[in-house]
Amino acid sequence: MNMLPLWISLKTAVSATFLAFILGVAAAKLMSVYQGRFKSVLDGVLILPLVLPPTVVGFLLLVLFGRRGPLGQLLASLGTTVIFSWSATVIAATVVAFPLMYRTTLGAFEQVDRDLLDAARTMGVPEGSIFTRIIIPLAWPGIAAGTILAFARALGEFGATLMLAGNIPGKTQTIPLTIFFLVESGERTNAAIWVLIIIIISLATVTGLRYWTNRQVLSNRPGKGR
Amino acid sequence: MTLAVDIERNLPGFRLRVSFACRRETLGLLGSSGSGKSMTLRCIAGLDRPTRGRITLGQQVWFDSEEGINLPPQQRKVGFLFQNYALFPHLTIAGNIAIGLRGMEKKRKQIIIKEMIAKVKLDGLEERYPHQLSGGQQQRAALARALALQPQVLLLDEPFSALDNHLRSEMEQELAVLLSTFGGSSVYVTHNLEEAYRLCPDLLILDDGKVIAEGPREDIFNRPPNPAAARITGCHNLSRVKVLPDNTVEALDWGCFLQVMAENMLEKACHVGISSHHIRPAGKDDLINTVPCRVINIMESPHQVTVDVKLVNHERNNKTCLKLSLSKEKWLQISSPGSVPEVLKLYFPPERVFLTF
Repeated sequence: MNMLPLWISLKTAVSATFLAFILGVAAAKLMSVYQGRFKSVLDGVLILPLVLPPTVVGFLLLVLFGRRGPLGQLLASLGTTVIFSWSATVIAATVVAFPLMYRTTLGAFEQVDRDLLDAARTMGVPEGSIFTRIIIPLAWPGIAAGTILAFARALGEFGATLMLAGNIPGKTQTIPLTIFFLVESGERTNAAIWVLIIIIISLATVTGLRYWTNRQVLSNRPGKGR
Repeated sequence: MTLAVDIERNLPGFRLRVSFACRRETLGLLGSSGSGKSMTLRCIAGLDRPTRGRITLGQQVWFDSEEGINLPPQQRKVGFLFQNYALFPHLTIAGNIAIGLRGMEKKRKQIIIKEMIAKVKLDGLEERYPHQLSGGQQQRAALARALALQPQVLLLDEPFSALDNHLRSEMEQELAVLLSTFGGSSVYVTHNLEEAYRLCPDLLILDDGKVIAEGPREDIFNRPPNPAAARITGCHNLSRVKVLPDNTVEALDWGCFLQVMAENMLEKACHVGISSHHIRPAGKDDLINTVPCRVINIMESPHQVTVDVKLVNHERNNKTCLKLSLSKEKWLQISSPGSVPEVLKLYFPPERVFLTF
């Protein structure tokens, strides 16, 4: 059996999770500080890829990155294109995974007691250090949960990937795409094997990270004082 | 160094206007919840931005709306004690102190941490996390953390409100010692009048965002300048007044005439008041200001008895009750168990009767 889809899927999901992590945490940080009047509109825009059907996301990405699209033209002038390439699977997976990362992290940031931040300020701790030394560690269980969700979503991405990256075996064909096309061509047994593989990976990721964060929580901050 | 505050903060539905100067002693900010005490502290620390005004410490300008100066809290370096301690739950006690000691040599840090831990008697608990400490210990850790930066100003926001009564008085004594050795100015916010009286030589009373009284604690408690201040200091005996010649006033809500001490602008007085602790059963030598009163209600506490009375002949009118607080011994002198006097002859010492304007 050809194991390339596994490799492509993992590579895509890990890269997408990495990108979604950075973008999501950065967006959450900016939105937790921003109190302007466009807050709810901005929040809505950032959440949009989660609520839209993946095919719609794929369509919008296609418009954006297509030959006539603004980003497509920019890339063309640099002598490259992303459509129907491996990068496209990463872009599609990142976009759909981003809202989960962003929203969970923002929630975790907002849960951090404001008094703690004020206490740090009065102690002379600069805002940057407050973020890295207080907000991030305290919001860590939430950030980890967001990362798990983002990874799972990126691993399972189908619709937008198909629209933007197509189904090119050995290049953009991830496990979900493989399963779909195996079932289409009647190879149910092979499809079932891939289904099993993706279940194992997802389960291992979720339980593994959960177990790890639980241990972190236990050793560092078992809730409120006595 | 003097901490001088003269600020205004406008919020929808609330306006804070406060000005005071605090020298070396502890200034108590007393007021009910929502009076603007905590907001005042936050403005001093730089955590809230006043709408207008000026905050200075000695020669340093921390905030000046006209000159556009607003130092961030990081540069003001006040010691701030939060109501719920605000210890960082993911750091040990040593870590909680160390986070404020930035850019310092490791050895020097260690020395300061050790010194602070010893100062608040937490030796041996440096490596514990906040949740592993009791409430009192957490309070001490927060104090150590605030003092480690050697702040020139210490701001305490109801520091004992989360402690039970027993720990409270213990911590209060420790804090009193620390405050007396602390070299800078401190501002102590509380709604507990006895705590404020015990810890703060000077008091400032806030009511609905305004300063309604300020001065040495004795003056404020014995002669509150207005009815609102009287109520906040725990004096409930207030009556509208009609001023008569010869230092005499008629207490309209109680229904009696009282001699008062000579005072400037006596004729402008609008209320007369007396603390429930200052009314006492009349003795043989008390010739003036003695009033027969009928006992309406008795409330016994472990060490004191509070009696509600109305003047004889006025029980049925709509006159206000007077409260008097007596020690248990005094009470037993005028009553015996099972037989409560119906009428008491009470004495209002002229030097204790105060007027508000």
